[in-house]
Amino acid sequence: MNANFLTALRAALPANALLIEAEALRPYECDGLSAYRQVPLAVCLPETLEQAQAVLRICREHKVPVVARGAGTGLSGGALPLADGVILSLARFNRILQIDAENRLARVQPGVRNLAISEAVAHLGLYYAPDPSSQIACSIGGNVAENSGGVHCLKYGLTVHNLLALKVLTIDGELLEIGLQAYDSPGYDLLALMTGSEGLLGIVVEVTVKLLVKPERAQVVLAAFASVETAGAAVAKIIGAGLLPAGLEMMDNLSIRAAEDFVHAGYPIDAAAILLCELDGSNAEVSEQILAVREVLLSAGATEVRTAEDDAQRMKFWAGRKGAFPAVGRISPDYYCMDGTIPRQHLARVLGRIGELSTQYGLRVANVFHAGDGNLHPLILFDANQPDELHRAEAFGTDILKLCVEVGGTVTGEHGVGVEKLDAACSQFTPEELSQFHAIKAAFDPDGLLNPGKAVPTLHRCAEMGRMHVHGGALPFPELPRF
Amino acid sequence: MFESDLTEQLVERVRAAISDATPLCISGCGSKAFYGRACAGETLDISGHRGIVAYEPTELVITARAGTPLAEIEAALAANNQMLPFEPPHFSELTTLGGMVAAGLSGPRRPWGGSVRDAVLGVKLLNGCGEVLRLGGQVMKNVAGYDVSRLMVGALGTLGVLLEVSVKVLPRPACERTLVFDSSTKPSRLSEMPVSASLELDGRLYLRLSASTRCVEMAVESLAGEAADPAIWTAARDQTLPFFQTALPLWRISLPPAAPALNLLGNEMIEWAGAKRWLASDLPAKTIRQRVGALGGHATLFRNHTATDSVFQPLPAAMLALHQRIKHALDPHAVFNRGRLYPEL
Repeated sequence: MNANFLTALRAALPANALLIEAEALRPYECDGLSAYRQVPLAVCLPETLEQAQAVLRICREHKVPVVARGAGTGLSGGALPLADGVILSLARFNRILQIDAENRLARVQPGVRNLAISEAVAHLGLYYAPDPSSQIACSIGGNVAENSGGVHCLKYGLTVHNLLALKVLTIDGELLEIGLQAYDSPGYDLLALMTGSEGLLGIVVEVTVKLLVKPERAQVVLAAFASVETAGAAVAKIIGAGLLPAGLEMMDNLSIRAAEDFVHAGYPIDAAAILLCELDGSNAEVSEQILAVREVLLSAGATEVRTAEDDAQRMKFWAGRKGAFPAVGRISPDYYCMDGTIPRQHLARVLGRIGELSTQYGLRVANVFHAGDGNLHPLILFDANQPDELHRAEAFGTDILKLCVEVGGTVTGEHGVGVEKLDAACSQFTPEELSQFHAIKAAFDPDGLLNPGKAVPTLHRCAEMGRMHVHGGALPFPELPRF
Repeated sequence: MFESDLTEQLVERVRAAISDATPLCISGCGSKAFYGRACAGETLDISGHRGIVAYEPTELVITARAGTPLAEIEAALAANNQMLPFEPPHFSELTTLGGMVAAGLSGPRRPWGGSVRDAVLGVKLLNGCGEVLRLGGQVMKNVAGYDVSRLMVGALGTLGVLLEVSVKVLPRPACERTLVFDSSTKPSRLSEMPVSASLELDGRLYLRLSASTRCVEMAVESLAGEAADPAIWTAARDQTLPFFQTALPLWRISLPPAAPALNLLGNEMIEWAGAKRWLASDLPAKTIRQRVGALGGHATLFRNHTATDSVFQPLPAAMLALHQRIKHALDPHAVFNRGRLYPEL
């Protein structure tokens, strides 16, 4: 079979668009989640729609799994190859096709980098809002697959809120046009269904994104707190006061220290937690809101409130937050990044419980938190060279995600399930819910060839998990209703 | 407020419908019965399944049963100075949350505040196997599982019975003013203004400005408009304006906002800064859809149609086939709202 299959691919693709030699395949063995590695059967790098269609038709005919790949920056193993499958790289679909300032949209190929869109429209005073921390490298096609977020989701939403249309290839190589350049389109909202489907439903070959007018002014306030609880309460007070910050981020003491050592952002290193609150809009609006936010923060018990004096200082405040992951990477040989979301009202108990788990597992944890929208990124510090530490880090992570589900949240806010959170997803969904997802997958891909084994765990896997967890002892927060 | 949880009864009714092969037509208060194609089957009334389940204002999320009247939800939000950002229409006082999601219609604030589908965070769904599923959740960021909750928006009940919905809400703007302009005073550069609604009708342009008091005052000063009654927005939203008192077929036309004039014979009203245009016209559907399609949009025959008209823009064959497979995945026995959206679904 392999020989026939590869012959068919060779006939369909130019020589430089097909990789089959071991050393050429090596760079594709993992994505941003490098703990999982697998060399694929082949890597296809089509340059045209026709070539991509041909690859899919050949794979369908030979029943070979297809894993789509953008820039390979994903954090959940969504682009992890399968040993018997091909990687369909969209890296050469890298052109911006149309910029329409009047209708505030850009039509781009999926391999275009997230930040490249904003750069290409900056001269028009426009930008593309979602800003995942990997935005200099990640591709817009990958953003669609993962429904990527960023630090401005509270006000500007995720990828799903910033798309107008997609062109998608089915596993049969058929081209579907989903959405329009209008605000809605006839039929089911397949734009929403495709977004965040992690490459299991179709291959995105073109993306039309919404562009926003760059706000006249953006300003950041930094507030220090003596406890994470008071910082968490301050977030609720900001929202309760009717303010809608563009970004609202929290860091705990370990993250603050790591970031300060790394980028010298001027953070107060003795604070138990800091909040970064960005406000944007017209000049007058921002002036008013800054005053209001300062007042709320002080009345909520902030020990210090600083307003960035200029854009340079604003960037510096953000540099600390945006550099938090690599900063933590400097103080620990390895770290494991979690991505649960919780209703914010449970923040204090969840952080308290994470602290207890940290002691229990004997591993440090640094908390970085999209406070505005409840998306937690606990970074579990470990050393993969120490026996058992990776295993303990993973068990710790799974406990954190179960905790998120128990308080009414989710196991992944923006990184996706991929291969990484399949077990965690078992704790979030019932067998009926998982079966519904599998039925939807089959409506698009009856033979299960698109990124099989990712994103939605099998019932069998969850049944095994369930047996394991029966012995797990008492659940935290027994008083809470279980969903 | 009246509260009741009819989940068990609804599940039983749906299971019975599956075993008897009796199709069902899901109905809230029936305020949008005119919208979409005729539905074949027995009525499944969900209006008794009601009540706000969870609302913590600082979370910016409200969860309620699908039969809850929108008026009740909006009153609870208003008491906390919050709102549904997409301003859904109320075609009757009893219009329900479930109907709002199933129809997926957003009101005047939509281009600036987002749509119904943007705000839906999760649903509790009774699918066509008689199973109750929780999809999505109550948090803004959630990428676990496919986004089936947003798939329900605008599906007109063809994929299942909505039991509960969680919706993102927003703080109300501190200040709102409505201005009216005639053709000689129309402002040119609106992108710098805090606009939250627009309406063009009979040669006049109405704008609503929403922001802090000072920002709105500054905007009002810089624009040469006259103060107008804000009631125009509810009248446009709920279609009580005289424009809507027509016996002609009424088309809802969705276009890229900067699309040129339709130049179709009929009476026209423009909302959403050009992106939504209402046309009362007896031109053939084909003529209207060809023109609208050429401009990159789609046309829905909103009111005053017959039972056999194709209400929604027909789908290309491959898309229709995919829609049929998705319908089958959620409602394998085709019990829900047969024919309401497309004859084949």
